[in-house]
Amino acid sequence: MNPRRKQKLIAVSSIGVLLVAAISFMLYALQDSIDVFYTPTEVLEGKAKTGQKPVIGQRLRIGGLVVPGSVSRDEETLAVSFDLMDVGPKVTVQFNGSLPDLFREGQGIVATGTLTEENLIIAHEVLAKHDEEYMPPELAEQLKGIKHVKPEQAGY
Amino acid sequence: MWKWINSFAKPEKAYWLCDVLQNWFAVVATASLVIGIVWGLGFAPSDYQQGDSFRIIYIHVPSAILAMGAYVAMAIAALVGVVWQWRTAFMFMIAIAPVGAVMTFISLFTGSFWGKPMWGTWWIWDARLTSQLILLFLYLGVISLYTAFEDKQQAGKAAGVMAMVGVINIPIIHFSVEWWNTLHQGATITKIGKPSIALEMYWPLLICIVGFATFIGWVTIVRMKNEIIMRDLHRPWVAKRFGGLVDLEAAVANEKDMKGGQ
Repeated sequence: MNPRRKQKLIAVSSIGVLLVAAISFMLYALQDSIDVFYTPTEVLEGKAKTGQKPVIGQRLRIGGLVVPGSVSRDEETLAVSFDLMDVGPKVTVQFNGSLPDLFREGQGIVATGTLTEENLIIAHEVLAKHDEEYMPPELAEQLKGIKHVKPEQAGY
Repeated sequence: MWKWINSFAKPEKAYWLCDVLQNWFAVVATASLVIGIVWGLGFAPSDYQQGDSFRIIYIHVPSAILAMGAYVAMAIAALVGVVWQWRTAFMFMIAIAPVGAVMTFISLFTGSFWGKPMWGTWWIWDARLTSQLILLFLYLGVISLYTAFEDKQQAGKAAGVMAMVGVINIPIIHFSVEWWNTLHQGATITKIGKPSIALEMYWPLLICIVGFATFIGWVTIVRMKNEIIMRDLHRPWVAKRFGGLVDLEAAVANEKDMKGGQ
């Protein structure tokens, strides 16, 4: 390799190494802010690494699984309340609006709202999260015992 | 071996290679796009949770993966151009950049239209969506930096540095769903072990990915050929190859006039 090319290659790779280091430090420092939501455990106990805990009155997003049996709807209005959990404690979410089609018990949900009590969030937006698994309904029934139900037949 | 590879630094050799590859790419791209999309959209079973909406995957995933793939290819070309000073490397870089930008746009667009019915929102500033948007901006940056310079060798160097710097975004896009909490779900097919998609849905997806890849290759090859001719218009090999057939110079001058008139 001729010296000129070698010099260029060394310059390019050293800039590359510095850049990777700089970006990694930056992302490491920002890691908590890049998360799009708090998990219920983090809302109550703080982030695992930094212990950062949301304060009451803070606007935040929460993401967790809808606890089966916790969904209760108001008969007359669109108001709905349900519990979210991940591995630890539960947080209750109250919402007044239409839920996404994928909303069902056991489903991952991301809700945006205000933390009004330690474990109560008044949400103004509820989004559904789905996992990375795709399969036909028959296979899902066989494999996971999940029966595909249309939301209008779900009965809650 | 090195000598053979190095010979592609010459535009006429690169042009010859493009000529050889073009039709192969065209045939494979057409066949696999038709098969993959018809199979995926028409015959693959619907998903247990998302029903038929999940079929957007057959456009969304190939465009997203190959937007990243095209970026890596572009950055490798930039490296070759900067370090080994191949003129053809910068030509390839600018040939593939708009194609990759369009792929990135398609992935964002289809993702949005998938997100609305499934998640309930068109857009969320989570790590995956944001980093993919940054990828689009990187492509646009490379293109506009290249067009900002009159001297194309200089332009190639400037845009090349930007292309190389932007490569850092590729692992960030890929691992964003693992490193941070996101609304976007995790990787389905590019993870270690078994893909989490049923086989009868997986095959058309693979064929679509091949189709998108070869389609990008095809379009890039055609753009590359144009770029080579435009840049080497006054070189003897172009005159020798096309001499008498078309008055290229007049055609190009004409086009420039029309652009100038607008």
